[in-house]
Amino acid sequence: MYDLIVIGGGPAGLAAAQSAWEKGLKKILIVERDKELGGILNQCIHNGFGLHHFKEELTGPEYAGRFVKLLSETGVEVRLDTMVLELTPDKRVHMVGKATGYRVEEAKAIVLAMGCRERTRGAISIPGTRPAGIFTAGAAQRYVNMEGWLPGKRVVILGSGDIGLIMARRMTLEGAKVLACVEVMPYSGGLNRNIVQCLQDFDIPLYLSHTVTDIRGRDRVEQVVVSKVDKNRAPIPGTEMVFDCDTLLLSVGLIPENELTRQAGIGMDRRTNGAVVYENMETSIPGVFACGNVCHVHDLVDFVTAESQRAGEAAARYVLEGEAGQEGCLEVKNGDGVTYTVPQRIRPEQVESFCDLFFRVNRVCRNSEILVISGETLIARFQREHLAPGEMERVTLPRVLLDKAQGEITVSVREVEA
Amino acid sequence: MYDVLIIGGGITGAAAAFQLSKYKLNIAVLERENDVAMGATKANSAILHAGYDPKPGTLMARLNVRGVELAKGLCQRLDVPYRSCGSFVLALSEEDRAKVEELYRRGVENGVPGLQLLTGEEARSLEPNLASETVCALHAPTAAICSPWEFCLALMETAVRNGAELHLNTAVTGLSPIGGAGAEGAGGASPSPTGQGGWTVHTDRGELQARFVVNAAGVEADAIHDMAAPHDFTITPSRGEYYLLDKSEGARVGRVIFQAPSKLGKGVLVAPTVHGNLIVGPNATPVKGNDTSTTGEGLRSVGDAARRSVPSVNLRESIRNFSGVRANTDRGDFILREAAPGFIDLAGICSPGLSAAPAIGEYAVELLGKAGLTLEEKTDFICERKRIRFKELSPVEKAALVEKEPSYGRVICRCETVTQGEILAALHGPIPPCSVDGVKRRVNAGMGRCQGGFCAPRVVELLSRELGLSPGEIPQDQSGSWLLKVETKGGHRDV
Repeated sequence: MYDLIVIGGGPAGLAAAQSAWEKGLKKILIVERDKELGGILNQCIHNGFGLHHFKEELTGPEYAGRFVKLLSETGVEVRLDTMVLELTPDKRVHMVGKATGYRVEEAKAIVLAMGCRERTRGAISIPGTRPAGIFTAGAAQRYVNMEGWLPGKRVVILGSGDIGLIMARRMTLEGAKVLACVEVMPYSGGLNRNIVQCLQDFDIPLYLSHTVTDIRGRDRVEQVVVSKVDKNRAPIPGTEMVFDCDTLLLSVGLIPENELTRQAGIGMDRRTNGAVVYENMETSIPGVFACGNVCHVHDLVDFVTAESQRAGEAAARYVLEGEAGQEGCLEVKNGDGVTYTVPQRIRPEQVESFCDLFFRVNRVCRNSEILVISGETLIARFQREHLAPGEMERVTLPRVLLDKAQGEITVSVREVEA
Repeated sequence: MYDVLIIGGGITGAAAAFQLSKYKLNIAVLERENDVAMGATKANSAILHAGYDPKPGTLMARLNVRGVELAKGLCQRLDVPYRSCGSFVLALSEEDRAKVEELYRRGVENGVPGLQLLTGEEARSLEPNLASETVCALHAPTAAICSPWEFCLALMETAVRNGAELHLNTAVTGLSPIGGAGAEGAGGASPSPTGQGGWTVHTDRGELQARFVVNAAGVEADAIHDMAAPHDFTITPSRGEYYLLDKSEGARVGRVIFQAPSKLGKGVLVAPTVHGNLIVGPNATPVKGNDTSTTGEGLRSVGDAARRSVPSVNLRESIRNFSGVRANTDRGDFILREAAPGFIDLAGICSPGLSAAPAIGEYAVELLGKAGLTLEEKTDFICERKRIRFKELSPVEKAALVEKEPSYGRVICRCETVTQGEILAALHGPIPPCSVDGVKRRVNAGMGRCQGGFCAPRVVELLSRELGLSPGEIPQDQSGSWLLKVETKGGHRDV
């Protein structure tokens, strides 16, 4: 019997295992489906990782490497090339691997760190023919950075998520011509620094409020038709632009991979597509924790690390000290302008001194107030000059303020006159 | 010289090849694409219709009912995913009621077993997600769902194992009767149909000769017919667009849910698939040739129509859209006949073509027998097929399999839990795949919610290793559908 099984050996799983070890757990197993640890970081060969956590700029593989090195100095066990097929509510993990065969392992605690997958053409129903040459940005990134193949030479990118922006630059550097980046919303879904460094620096036009309305070509993409959209995101006839290209990359959103979570009967949040979690990243099954992109999609790996450390520490506390009490549990509600919050539940008794609350807004806001209200009582108010859906927000709630709340708290955004 | 050459490797050609491979014959199938099941066979509703729809007395009616009966046994013996789920035809208004009752009468006349008329309430008690407007429903318990491309593959693989040859990447360009008025190329003068001495089949890879030719060319069947006999029918292709929804929607309905038919055909259905997804579609749009694109307007109309019968269907769970082209003709029936001496048409195989296919295969044998083909049964005919589906095994079976063959312990497709062992088995099967989608059709890798985002690079790697090709030579699907342009290390100055 393991103290802890961590499902997934990407940045979330690595940090959770590391922290659980530091907090005193001895028998820890990481199960990773790929042939090496590091997850998606291994194909993110660009820099920009680690500014918050390590206070220096690293590439993805370097960032992962730091954690892999730290772990190698612990007694944490790693099983690579091994896929978890099932997690039962009583924390038995069914897994299969070429080297170890089919195994069922038991653990006192579980950390879910399976990450996320990309939305595809089918998920957004782009009409047209069905030729080769339509890739999710992450799949193209794998071909270019890991397999050593450039998937095409004339590229249109739909969606301005960060991976799409990174790939605009990467494909350009590899000799492809990126004709346009097309975003259906009136604002970019990616980080501002990526808009500047990956599009503007390479003179790649960004078409906001546009989308792909047709794909042409029998065998391979030959043309992509881009149309302007109205405020309801419906294409406006007569605004079509035709791009001659051989590749369409999609960067149209990420979906947490929660098949195991659902199977285990863990409570889910429809807004995050991840598990509903408490302040310590614990799910509705005591002793099962979720962190990183499997819980909600992050912008920066540094934040994944911080969240996963909390999950790992909490898993250790669960194993060493037992189940947390449920007294005074607060439901966190989404008020005006807020699309989701993590955590969705806070047990003030479990909060030592303060609790971080992460959320996203549903529109671009200037000079705003973030209001945290419980019933009629204003618990806290925060000022922000700029809020955008592409950038995750965080407010820190001290325990003393949480103690003032009753039953639920609501987070909302209100724009104020400059 | 071959005894029989079959033109077309779709479900019709495969069923004919399968039936003919029971006899001591020298047969070959010619397919212009790089795989079988590349036309309507891979893009349809995947329904085995009970048989109440075709007009009584037609070949369509007879072969539909016979076909679904045969399909049940064949799917079992050839290990094809099949589920007997039954179907409803809904009347959503009092006007529809008469149409549904008419279908009931037709069905009884066609000999469809077990038909029942249900009240709206009875229908909803069996299928709680049906529209509250449902006034009555025709229940056909013999309707079933299957995997159409695996059915086609299974039939063709079995034919190949029984000695049939399969010539992929071979397009027929002309037919000329042996000992007739000279060779005919494509677009040549009108042929003189004297095929008693057999036929020379001209292809883009050279000539072949056969005593009998079977035309199972789907949407191109009129063009092939015209190479051998005077023009007397025209395929008028009709496109149907679909949504395939995630498994989270797979239990929305337990049966195939049709609406009362209109002029445009059987209308939009909502149905479970044997893979656990939900399929929604099709509409019907006349198109030129094999136009399998989708349109925003078409998909919207499909969604709107589906919500009339199952209002809660959640199209946001879409994982793929596709369209298929029906080989409709100006006739009201399948065109199955000896069109010229030694030249058999299996044409106009529109819906219920998949349902009727096994019976069309039988009927083709009958036509060939009447046309003078000697049919002597083999004593060693193989009529079974089995493939390992890792996902469906019990934990104990999984453990035993991985211990015996470790490659089944490496999961390649995480959405559908498909292992390396299954892909390798397909690559060493009777009809090895040569494309990423060819692997998908054989073992389901890439069929799930991430649509190959994670597993395609692994599949490319396995294909290139096993076929001894560079990754750049592995197509997504049909030849020409290249995936990877150039290696990243090297010159890229020509953009």
